Formats: sequence, C-alpha cells, structure tokens
Amino acid sequence: MTPELGHFALVLALGLGLIQSIVPVIGVHQRDGSLMRLASSTAIAQFVFVALSFLALTVCYVTSDFSVATVYENAHSMMPLVYKFTSVWGNHEGSMLLWVLILSLFGALVALFGNNLPAALKAHVLAVQSWIACAFYLFILLTSNPFLRLAPAPFEGRDLNPILQDIGLAIHPPLLYLGYVGFSIAFSFAVAALLEGRIDAAWARWVRPWTLAAWTCLTVGIAMGSYWAYYELGWGGFWFWDPVENASLMPWLAGTALLHSAVVMEKRNALKIWTILLAILTFSLSLVGTFLVRSGVLTSVHTFANDPARGVFILAILVIFIGGGLSLFAWRAPLLKQGGLFAPVSREGALVLNNLFLTTACLTVFVGTLYPLALEAMTGTKISVGAPFFNLTFGPLFVPLLFAMPFGPLLAWKRGDILGVAQRLLAAFGVGLVTIAIVAAAEGGVSILAPFGVGLALFVMTGAVTDVVERVGLFRVPLSVVRQRARGLPRSVWGTAFAHFGIAVTLLGIVSVGTWASERIVGLKPSQTVSLSGFDLTFDGLVQRSGPNYRELVGKFTVRRGGVPVATMEPAKRSFESRATTTTEAALLTRGFSQLYLSLGDVNNDGSVAVRLYYKPMVLLIWIGAVIMMVGGALSLSDRRLRVGAPRPAAKPAAQPAE
Amino acid sequence: MTRKQRRLALIGTSLAVLAVAAALVLSALRDSIVFFNSPTDVAEKRPAPGTRMRIGGLVKPGSIERGDNLLVRFAVTDGKTDIAVRYQGIVPDLFREGQGVVAEGKLETGGVFAADTVLAKHDERYMPREVVDALKKSGHWQEGEQKGSGSSAK
Repeated sequence: MTPELGHFALVLALGLGLIQSIVPVIGVHQRDGSLMRLASSTAIAQFVFVALSFLALTVCYVTSDFSVATVYENAHSMMPLVYKFTSVWGNHEGSMLLWVLILSLFGALVALFGNNLPAALKAHVLAVQSWIACAFYLFILLTSNPFLRLAPAPFEGRDLNPILQDIGLAIHPPLLYLGYVGFSIAFSFAVAALLEGRIDAAWARWVRPWTLAAWTCLTVGIAMGSYWAYYELGWGGFWFWDPVENASLMPWLAGTALLHSAVVMEKRNALKIWTILLAILTFSLSLVGTFLVRSGVLTSVHTFANDPARGVFILAILVIFIGGGLSLFAWRAPLLKQGGLFAPVSREGALVLNNLFLTTACLTVFVGTLYPLALEAMTGTKISVGAPFFNLTFGPLFVPLLFAMPFGPLLAWKRGDILGVAQRLLAAFGVGLVTIAIVAAAEGGVSILAPFGVGLALFVMTGAVTDVVERVGLFRVPLSVVRQRARGLPRSVWGTAFAHFGIAVTLLGIVSVGTWASERIVGLKPSQTVSLSGFDLTFDGLVQRSGPNYRELVGKFTVRRGGVPVATMEPAKRSFESRATTTTEAALLTRGFSQLYLSLGDVNNDGSVAVRLYYKPMVLLIWIGAVIMMVGGALSLSDRRLRVGAPRPAAKPAAQPAE
Repeated sequence: MTRKQRRLALIGTSLAVLAVAAALVLSALRDSIVFFNSPTDVAEKRPAPGTRMRIGGLVKPGSIERGDNLLVRFAVTDGKTDIAVRYQGIVPDLFREGQGVVAEGKLETGGVFAADTVLAKHDERYMPREVVDALKKSGHWQEGEQKGSGSSAK
C-alpha cells in the first residue's frame, strides 16, 4: 500500500506542477492577481506531495519491503538503520526522487519567503520552476519509477553497493543536490526576467541569496565527496578529475562566477546581460552534470544503471531547457538596458576578471570532460583525459585568478587605484615572498611549483586578512573602536574574507600533499615493521571480525615514534556476501592537519599482507578550506541587507535555504 | 576612456585569456591524453613500445601469478587475443579472474604490458564500458550477461 501511495502522491505533484506551469503565466498576461497567487499555493502543495512520496519510499526502505523492486535491488534487511535511510538515494530512482524533492523544496521556499517579490515576477519564477519540476516528474514516472513492485516478493534484498555504505554518503548527495538544484532558482529568475524583458539591481538582490545558499551547499557537498573518495576508495587520492567529479565542479565554477557578477549587478547595475547568461549557464551545467552522472554515458560509482531510455530522456530535458533558455536569452537579452560604466581598473573590473578566468577554467574542464565522449561518438576512438590534462590547463588559469583575488575587495568601485591597493597589500606580498624564499631554501631548489604554490596561498590568506584589518582600522585606531567597527562591518565583508581565506587554505593543502606526501607499498609478515616519515608501524597480525552484513579481516598495527607507541591502526577489508564484494576500510591517524593513511591489500602466498602506507602532510587543510568557504557563504547569507530584502523591508528572502 | 574603448579593452582581454586557454587545451590534448585499446587492437595496430595507453578486457581465468614484492602478472583477454600484463602494487578489491579490468601503462619491447594503474569495477554488477565494447567487438559479449539474476525491475 505504501509504495502505491508514494506513486500516487508523485502523480498528484505532477498534476499540480502542470497547473503551476500554465496558470500563473496566464495570470500575468491577463493581469489577474488571483491566478498569479495560485502559484504560491501549488508550489507549497507540490512540495508536500513530493515529500509524501519520498517519505513513502523511505518507509519501504526502513521496513525492508522487498516487494518494491528498488528496495530489493539496493537494500538488505541486516543493514544498519542509518544505511537503510541513505540507501533511499543510493540508487538511480531514489536519487532522482531526492532531486525533485529538493527542487520542489526550493519552489516552496520561494513561495513562502518571496513575499516582497513583485507579483508578476514571482508568478513567472514559480512557473519556470514548475516547468523544470514537471520534466523531472515525468522522467521519474516514465523511466525511473522507484515504486515498481516485484511479484512474488523476494525474501532478501541484494544489498546496497558496499562502498556506498558509509556515513559520508549520507550527507554527500543531499548537499550536492541542494547546490545543483539550488541553481535552478537562479535559472528561473533569469528566465522570468527575460520573459518580462525587465531587470534591475533589485533582481540581483533577490537572486543572490539563493545562489549563495546553493553555492555554499555545493561547496560542502563537493568537499564531502572528495573526503569520502579519499578514505573509502583506499587510494588516498582526494580528487581524480573523474568526469562525475568534474560534473559537480563545473556548476561550482560557474556558480562562483555568478555569485561575483551578481554583486556587480546589485551594487552598480552593470553586467546585467552577462549575469543573466551566467545564471542560465550555471543551471545548464547542473543539468549537464545530472545527464553525465545519471544517463549511463559514463561508468562510475555514481552510475547505478545503464538504461538508454533514461539517457535519451535526460538528454531531451537538457536540450529543451538549455536550448530554450539560451534561445530566449538571444531573443530577449537585447531588450535589457545597458548598465553603469566603470573603468577597467576598479572593483567591477576585478570582478569581470574573476568571471573571465572562472568561466574559462570552467570551459577547459568542460572540454576535458566532454571531448572524450564527443570523440568516441564521432570516430569511435576511445581516449581518457586525466589529471595531466587538467593540471596543464585548469592549473595555469587558476593561478592568475588567485593572484588577483586579494586585489578585488580592496579596489574601489567605479575607478580604482591599483598602486594604492598594491601598497596596502605590501604585507601580503612580503609574507608571500618570504614564504617562497623559506620553502625554496628548505626544498633545496628541487621543485619550483611547491614554494610558489605555498607562497601564493599565504599571499591570498594575508590579503584576505588585510581587507578586514584595513576596514576595522586595526593598528591605526584604539582597540575599542576596532571592536566597534568589526561589529559594524557588513557580514558580507566577513563572508568574502572567509571565502577567500578558505580557498587559499585548500590550495595550501593541495600543494602540500602534492609535493611532500610520501608513500610505501610493501608486503608485511606479522611482527615486521615498516617506517615512513618518522613513523614506525609494526604489524601485529590479522583478526577476523563480523559486522551486521559483512565479515572483515582486520590488520592490527602499532604505531611508534622514536620507539614510543603513539597509537594503533586497524585497516580492514570487508567482504559483503550478498554482493560478493570487498571494500577497503583505510585506517587514518591524524596528527595536527596531517594524516597517516594505511590500507590493506591482498594476502600473498607467503603469508605476508600487502599494505599501502601514506603520509599526507596537511591533507586536512583541503577540506578545512572548504569548511571555511562554507562559513564565508553562511556569513554572507546572514548579511542584514539580504535579510531585509530589496524594495520593501519586512520580508526575508534569505535566511531559509541554508538548512 | 569612452564606452567604446572600455568595451574594446574588455573584449581584448577576454579574447587574450580565451586564446591562452585554447593554446593550453590544445597542447595538453596532444601530450596528455591516453588512448584505449583492446588486446585485439594492440595485436593489430602494433603500437610502438613505450606508448602510454589503456588496455581493457577480462582477466583471463588461471592467468594470475603473484611474485615477490607485490608483483602481479596476469593476462587481459577479449576472448580473441590475450595480452600479458605486469603490475607491481596492490590490485583493487574487485580484481578477480574472469572479471573486467582496465590497465594503464606502457607496452614493453617484449610485448608485455607494464601497468602502473589497474582499475577494476566499483561494483560486481557493472563492467567498465570500455571492456563491454571491447568484448562486443570481439564477439564475446552476451547480452544480459552483465545483469545478475532477478533484474526484472528494469
């Protein structure tokens, strides 16, 4: 009964979605307020029904109802409860349901908190949002119904893919989807603005909090995915330039650009057309990402099933929305009025430069990700484009971007003084250069990239701090005044400083791991010792253990430093009988920001066990940087200006979506 | 500066950045991409030893030999042709006889493929797509082989 209710709720949501797609638009044309207002009610109702549908599926999973095909395929009655929840979206059908759940959530949030939007704009936004929702409801109902029954019902399920049985996975997809799908709001606003042929600074103020919220979630989502891959896949890598990773990186890059160009539009009423285009492109890249991941054109851990019908359907959605969005843009954008003027050297100019580099970097990732697919489709030649390609293209484009980063916030709007800014950044230059010298001396001139990377990271960090220090007048005015000014500083300034600081922290982690990580792969017999970076690991033996739905072979290791035992490490190999699959559970020993990483390989003929041991200096900075960026996003989101809203105060469009 | 000059400056900078990006992409595409070959492709095309490439197919049953220092030797087959592979290190969890595998490395003069990376599947149900295509090409692919029993949901 429950699955049928879930299915029915989804069909009802589709019905509501169809009404919301058409009626508000008619309302705008006939200037009928009640028709326009209908959109708010249907948006909330849509969310309620999709949530019911999602709840029904969750109930099926939690109660291990194997008469439902997807539950049978992806769950096991012995699975720990938390994984029964996460396996709801650990498969194609369920993850698409999560997608529309979040999509309808955003629609409902606009309906609830968009009280200060002009009625026509709100009606248009919700209608466009509903067009997207309907496309995906149809996709689920026609090609990926999660509620299909099996008769007769099997006694036991086939279990969730074991590498997905992990707590990191519990958080990664929902956060990532909040980001991906959150950009749909920016898209809907852009299309609505084009439909109305009118756009102003207030528009940017409405769009910014949504973009910011989506960006914040996407940042954490990507970081979570990267950390999950790091400890779960047993290779110790944090980023593989895998197409599905790129699929999430592209919307992030475009979204970051959008965030910055929306600032220009809000503050200076310039870059209007470009911002609209970016809003369309950012969500388009989210759709491309969904297509890459869900259609089965790529093989990866994210590709749950290969069904050509699904690929074609998503491709159709892609073509309609991206093609439609861009055609509308080409048709209506010339109607939008030109914005304010600015000199090339100015805050606007810096933000244009930011956009230029971000979008170009995004473009290289796009080429690197799609070129192999295009080449194969056209010539049949199979190639793989991996890390070397991206290091050679993406890397060089990101360096000038990072170098320019501290300048941006210090430049004045309209016309800036580059020399004055350079003077204020003297401390940052000093720190950067001294760091380069120290690292280069310590390295003995072996690598050029490492000192330069560390220096750049410290330059950006000091630059981010400089911005705040300058504004509060630290070292220039008494401390009490500083404190007062710090409190009075807009939260968005703090947000910028945090976000810029965070990316530098991530860079520092990446450079450090890339340069100074060490690794050993050896076969060990019990009581043998392996040494790496000052740690001595003694292998004490293998132990068998059993978990709820797996058996594991655990290696016991004692870690010593200078002869003194400091810790024990227990890497394991888990075998899941239901899937005849093994996963590697790496053991991590954290010292400061650095980690010792140990994973087990096979048992060899002579009784020795293969182990892979890494020392990853400052590796945690990679993800801590992302967390700092998230804090920056959240701070900026809590800015009073955004809470208050643009034209009429008393409404709050921002505060909600961060949850 | 007039509006026109500013626009020209903007367009000029954009074009310059794009040109740099295009140059980077083209040079990187020439130097850093890796071609995929099936064992039959390797036998037919005879690529020069030392060329970096990926090969894929099934791990030939009975071919895995483990040596000292984590050395693993095995053969990759597409049902028609085999190619001997040598790899030093830890093979992935799902590396098994009769299962799909993709190896990246260089072909040595003796015809042995020295792999530095071995990729297996993430999940026992699915096979690397390259491998499926390679098997289809050599006529050793049976439709439905990939799916386990009871996949009636599809």
